[in-house]
Amino acid sequence: MSATTKPPSRLPALGCAAAAALYGILFLHAESQLAVGALLVAAAAGLALAARFGLVARARDSIGAHQPTFDAAAVIGVLAAAIVLRQQHFAILMMTTAMLLMVAALGLTVQFGFAGVVNFAGSAFLGIGCYTAAVVTRYTDLPAILSLPLGGLVAAAIGSILILPMLRTRGHYAALVTIAFGILFKTFLEVNDTLGGPQGMQVKPIVAFGWNFGRPFRAWDFSASFYFSYLLLALALLAFAFVLVRRLERSWIGLSLDAIRLDEVASACYGLDIARWKVFAFTLGNFLAGCAGAVYGHVLGFIAPNNFTFADSLVLVSIVLLGGIGNVWGVAVAAVFVVMLPEKLQMIQEYRFALYAVLVILILLFRPEGLLPRPLRDYLPGWTPKTPGAGA
Amino acid sequence: MSLALLGQYLVNGLMLGMMYGLVAVGFTLFFGVLDVIKFSHGDVLTVGAFTGFATYLAISATVSVPWLQLIIISTAAMLAMAVLGALIARFLVLPLRAAPALNTLLITLMLGTVLRESVRLFFPDGSNPKPFPALLPRDAFTFGLFTLRLDSVILFVAGIAMIVAVHLVINRSKLGLAIRAVAQDGETARIMGINFTFVVLVTFAIGSALAAFAGVMNGLYYNEINFGMGLLLGVFGFSAAVVGGLGNIYGAILGGFLFAGLQTIGAAALPFASAYKDVFALAVIIAIMTVRPTGLIAEKTSERV
Repeated sequence: MSATTKPPSRLPALGCAAAAALYGILFLHAESQLAVGALLVAAAAGLALAARFGLVARARDSIGAHQPTFDAAAVIGVLAAAIVLRQQHFAILMMTTAMLLMVAALGLTVQFGFAGVVNFAGSAFLGIGCYTAAVVTRYTDLPAILSLPLGGLVAAAIGSILILPMLRTRGHYAALVTIAFGILFKTFLEVNDTLGGPQGMQVKPIVAFGWNFGRPFRAWDFSASFYFSYLLLALALLAFAFVLVRRLERSWIGLSLDAIRLDEVASACYGLDIARWKVFAFTLGNFLAGCAGAVYGHVLGFIAPNNFTFADSLVLVSIVLLGGIGNVWGVAVAAVFVVMLPEKLQMIQEYRFALYAVLVILILLFRPEGLLPRPLRDYLPGWTPKTPGAGA
Repeated sequence: MSLALLGQYLVNGLMLGMMYGLVAVGFTLFFGVLDVIKFSHGDVLTVGAFTGFATYLAISATVSVPWLQLIIISTAAMLAMAVLGALIARFLVLPLRAAPALNTLLITLMLGTVLRESVRLFFPDGSNPKPFPALLPRDAFTFGLFTLRLDSVILFVAGIAMIVAVHLVINRSKLGLAIRAVAQDGETARIMGINFTFVVLVTFAIGSALAAFAGVMNGLYYNEINFGMGLLLGVFGFSAAVVGGLGNIYGAILGGFLFAGLQTIGAAALPFASAYKDVFALAVIIAIMTVRPTGLIAEKTSERV
């Protein structure tokens, strides 16, 4: 069957990326609440219409068949949006934040999307990265760019304290271990004077190869916001994390992780070392969160314990859950949604957290599998077996 | 350390332990019947305390006897939260029974945010702390150096009475039998003619009423309530329930006092760093979970393959 049918064209995938970029520019550009509202309604209507006429399915097939093309298109789309909005500090900052949260959420995806290891302390590991960056720039003479790998390594190392409790507990008990750790971390920061106490710490900007990331971006006659350098760094980090996680998912490692999540006993019977893979997933996830955190610290310039509360961990968990657990593209969509929506809904200023929470509740009630459910072990995208009903 | 200070720590620890225990009993009841964690529990406590406060404002002009006010306030708060708890179970928790446990956790966490934000936004001047009326007698007994306030004693006794009442309901009444049956095996309980949904709703109502009681108790003890008070109480109550062993009421109470005890020890016995008391308590909790992964009083489970 697959030999006779024509492979899906590239056009829908490219169209998708272009439409998303264009929409992103418009959305970030929209100042008035009316425009934001209209854009939201337009997106909902557009998606509903596209689904009605089968465009969504075609786009999905096309994206599945031409993944490298779509990935490149996505990167170009982000760059295009960034270049158009280059002078708007706030828009660039939001894009950077969204991308960094995506990296952290990809870490969580490895943890509980693939291996089924719950982690409700995502923001703590993000925070470890941030504070590593702060400590590196304040107490050492190391080049600030080193805080990026160091943040990841420190997060992974501190996370290893939790390995033993994590391996021994499961379900809600495991959830408690990470929740307790997240709150412990924040409380620790608040009372530790070396790390700035409740006032927090300053993080100096990255200076690498004579390039100061904290200054307005200038190259030839192109000038942009002082967040632009960080946006490029975040994009690079995101691309790295994205490729890593997706390669991982399709590899034998990903297969092992999936097997362990779905049935530990059966996996153990087939000779999988459950403890080893859980530790691997947990550590890798924390490493990614820590790397993202290090950059985030530099971007923010000033960090305080209040940036890393339990509520922030929940934001990360909700990104993973809303996107569809384990789906890397879902993470991307949900991160954008979670970062931009509350910021753009300024008309409801005070009400935005409540509204955001209501929105998440509605999504969970009416689309519990997330916005983009993960196609499990979908090796040949777009290919469906001949037996009806046994979809991919 | 002086004996007086030690006594003060002890009383404070016991009060905290009682509050954590009451919250933890709620968590453990919900987990018993549905195997879910309802994380909005702490915020239900907040709403309960604020309901009590609003009731006080409404009746303080007409009713002037403090103990009568107290009864009206507690009853109103507990009834209102019982209804709220049942509604949450009916419209948010039960519909998600088929979904992964994580979804229930997240949806109730989000509901907690909604409740918290609603109190902050819709209660008049809700973003500032409110002075909770001191309705209990303020007499104090002095034993040598150590002073014991009468209101602490009354609150503690009331808390014990509440726990005994729950114990009696669960273990001695027909309703309690139904709750235990559902907790043991929901399917079989249904086959035996137990109205599953009703039992679940009643259990959520009982647990939420307990949270409201703990909220009013908290207000009376500290004479202050604020919109964020439930957040940490909820987390600590959850820790208590889990450390004690989910599904076991006595484990929850034990966990509550254990957690409060750890905090008190952290505050009293770490002279170099009493600020680290929560860090200490949480670290010990993680350590306990490592040694006893299913809590101190473990659920009886067997792996079915």
